[in-house]
Amino acid sequence: MTITVPPKGIGPLARREARLAWGLLLPTLISVMLVVILPLLAIIWISFKPVTLADLRTAEPIIREDLRDADEAKPYIRYRIRNSSRSDPIFNVVFSDVVPEGVTLLSTPDGCDLDGAVLTCDLGDLEPGGRITLEVPVTLEEGGAIKDGTAPAITGSAQNVLTNGEFTLANFIAIFDAREFWTVVGTTLFYTVVGTLGALIVGLFAALLLNKSFPGQGLLRGLYLFPYVAPVIAVAFSWVILFDPFSGSVNALLIQMGVTEQAINFFGERPLALIMVTVFEIWRYFPLSFLFILARMQSIDTDMYEAADVDGASPFQKFRYLSLPMLMGILSVLFLLRFIWTFNKFDDIFLLTGGNAGTRTLTVNVYEQAFALSNIGAGAAVAVIILMCLLTFSWFFFRFMSKEEGL
Amino acid sequence: MNVFWHSSVTGPIIGVLWSFVIATTVAVLLSFTTGDAFRPGLIGCLFMGGFAGIMAVQPVSRVLVAACAAILAVAFSYTAVSPVHVAGNVGHGGHWAAGIAFGIGLAWPVRVMFDGCPKGVLGRHEWEAAVIRFLTGVGYIFFTAAVAIPFYVMVMTSLKTQGELIANPLDFSIDFNRGWELLRSYEELFRDFNFGRYMWTSFYISVLTVLITLLFSIPGAYAVARLRFKGQKGLSRSILLIYMVPMIVLALPIYIAFSMTGLRNSIIGIVMIYPVTTIPVALYMLQGYFRGLPAEVEEAGLMDGLGRLQVIWKITLPLSLPALASVSLYVFMIAWNEFLLAFMLLDDPSKFTLTRGIASLNSSEIPRQHLMAGAVIATVPVMVMFLGLEKFMTRGLTAGSVKG
Repeated sequence: MTITVPPKGIGPLARREARLAWGLLLPTLISVMLVVILPLLAIIWISFKPVTLADLRTAEPIIREDLRDADEAKPYIRYRIRNSSRSDPIFNVVFSDVVPEGVTLLSTPDGCDLDGAVLTCDLGDLEPGGRITLEVPVTLEEGGAIKDGTAPAITGSAQNVLTNGEFTLANFIAIFDAREFWTVVGTTLFYTVVGTLGALIVGLFAALLLNKSFPGQGLLRGLYLFPYVAPVIAVAFSWVILFDPFSGSVNALLIQMGVTEQAINFFGERPLALIMVTVFEIWRYFPLSFLFILARMQSIDTDMYEAADVDGASPFQKFRYLSLPMLMGILSVLFLLRFIWTFNKFDDIFLLTGGNAGTRTLTVNVYEQAFALSNIGAGAAVAVIILMCLLTFSWFFFRFMSKEEGL
Repeated sequence: MNVFWHSSVTGPIIGVLWSFVIATTVAVLLSFTTGDAFRPGLIGCLFMGGFAGIMAVQPVSRVLVAACAAILAVAFSYTAVSPVHVAGNVGHGGHWAAGIAFGIGLAWPVRVMFDGCPKGVLGRHEWEAAVIRFLTGVGYIFFTAAVAIPFYVMVMTSLKTQGELIANPLDFSIDFNRGWELLRSYEELFRDFNFGRYMWTSFYISVLTVLITLLFSIPGAYAVARLRFKGQKGLSRSILLIYMVPMIVLALPIYIAFSMTGLRNSIIGIVMIYPVTTIPVALYMLQGYFRGLPAEVEEAGLMDGLGRLQVIWKITLPLSLPALASVSLYVFMIAWNEFLLAFMLLDDPSKFTLTRGIASLNSSEIPRQHLMAGAVIATVPVMVMFLGLEKFMTRGLTAGSVKG
């Protein structure tokens, strides 16, 4: 009798399956590569470059052509060439133009060649902001209308800061030296930690409220999810208007109730603005934690609670010793996920305060540096710092996730 | 400690706390509905709350207690120790409304909280049940107010005129006598600010995003969920990792690349970018669902001579229609709500999406009822979709552990 052994190694079928799998995944992988991996590499590259917003437009030679024959003693064709950039030179500028019919060139300027009707000029290098004017004397055919059908073509090569070999650490030095950098880090930490914990705790409370069936439960659940599903721009502007210092309802209410004498500028004063932004974060994202916690709660076996009832456990005891341990897994996963996403949050703060009044977090700082201060290199440097933090967080996340599977 | 469990201590404490909650609620509610001045009063609350707490464990019928509290509160509202102070210029109607609402809102729920509690020392179960009922009540009021007020303000502001808004910011009432005039801001948005076009742009961008996302993520999700190959685990992890890259970090290089290639300020650029932000989410949601489908059905298909792709098309997809619906809705919502990329990449008003259009309304020259009308226009479709298909949406949200 022969002993049958299972085949070892990868068989042809398995290989075919793997090929198919990669084939199916290919479009996704390529698109993710293009839009996620490449930009991430780009941002690391840029962070070592002295780039400003103005540098994004590559230096280009610009040419204008006109025929001067009206008030001039002798008619001539004038070519005016200039460098569009005030900071970068352009090398090997060459232009060519077709001389219109009925026009005869009397002479060709230096560096120019006339080949049939095509005039080609090699102008050499063009300095930053440089201009060259070429005048070519011509004779015109009598009587005929002169039509110039072709625009001159011009080429030149300019170096782009983004692609040349110039590197600098100045961006990072500037970022770390900036006086407000550590304030920004502190703000980010406060916003992230308080926002995450707040959303979790409020979400837990909401889930406890709705973890029983009563008429209208579905409606309330839908209502409590509104802050999360509504467009951020809509709810952020509603909050701004609600808390407006001049004509906001909240201020009017507080003044009338005698809580304050003067209107409070909720999104414009230093410690308050940060607190308000964090409260907004809690308000907007508690639905998410609430939904997850509720889903988990409803999957807990009711037998356990019945057993606890038999043993005489009180409601608080049941929550403390039964529900909470069962929810610990989802709570910690939610904490980690929300922590990372809150850390990444940009649009909420940007819409509410624009990063003013002590609410500038790291992500807002990226925008501030890159667009408000037009220093793209510095913005990229902040982005790289963010990425470093995120790598650390996600290391924690995956270490934890391997134990706490699910989600 | 024993004293603390006594019904004549717990009762008044909860009563007083509840009376603060109710007094504030009634004052805010009346201020907002009438535009007149109401505010909670400390001494009245202490007194009325204590009274309601003590009465809660007496063997008197609820209706009687509530009626008593209402009458007392109305009477007090004319004195300096009112639980809800009513401004001098408000007529008797205001006093009556405030008093009755406060009295019933106080006494009835407090009585319900102490249902089944004896006089004297409370047992642990009874005490905790009372506290839990109290917290539940506070919770409902708190959450409902916190969620409803900003949305109500949004709608209300969009229906007012500039003059009304400045005259009394507290007045939350809507004057229905104005008829169609109420919708003037909306009319102006659609007529003068091109909002019809923005809506259409947003709509077709979102639909395209959904289609492209599904096209890419269905095969990907199937491969990750069903097929065995090396690097499967690492791959599904890196999909999750993409969740964790902040949009603003990606937006910066995308902005640069688009500026250089001329894709900035074009719908094509937006349609290229949006799906990539949603593909990982969709892939993750779908692969979870595919894993849950019985593999035997597919194997039967394979035995009967279908290829893998045919199996996906003829067996897996029809079985996962509910999941596809959730994913589509969810992706649609992300694309419709997206703000950051639209804000950074679109400058040309003729190509604005709805969110970008609203952002352009945020200037001091444009009255804010227009801004709020824009917000309502953007919110309503999502809300309608959400409420109508709530089951799909909630499932989608929980399955995707969604980025936000």
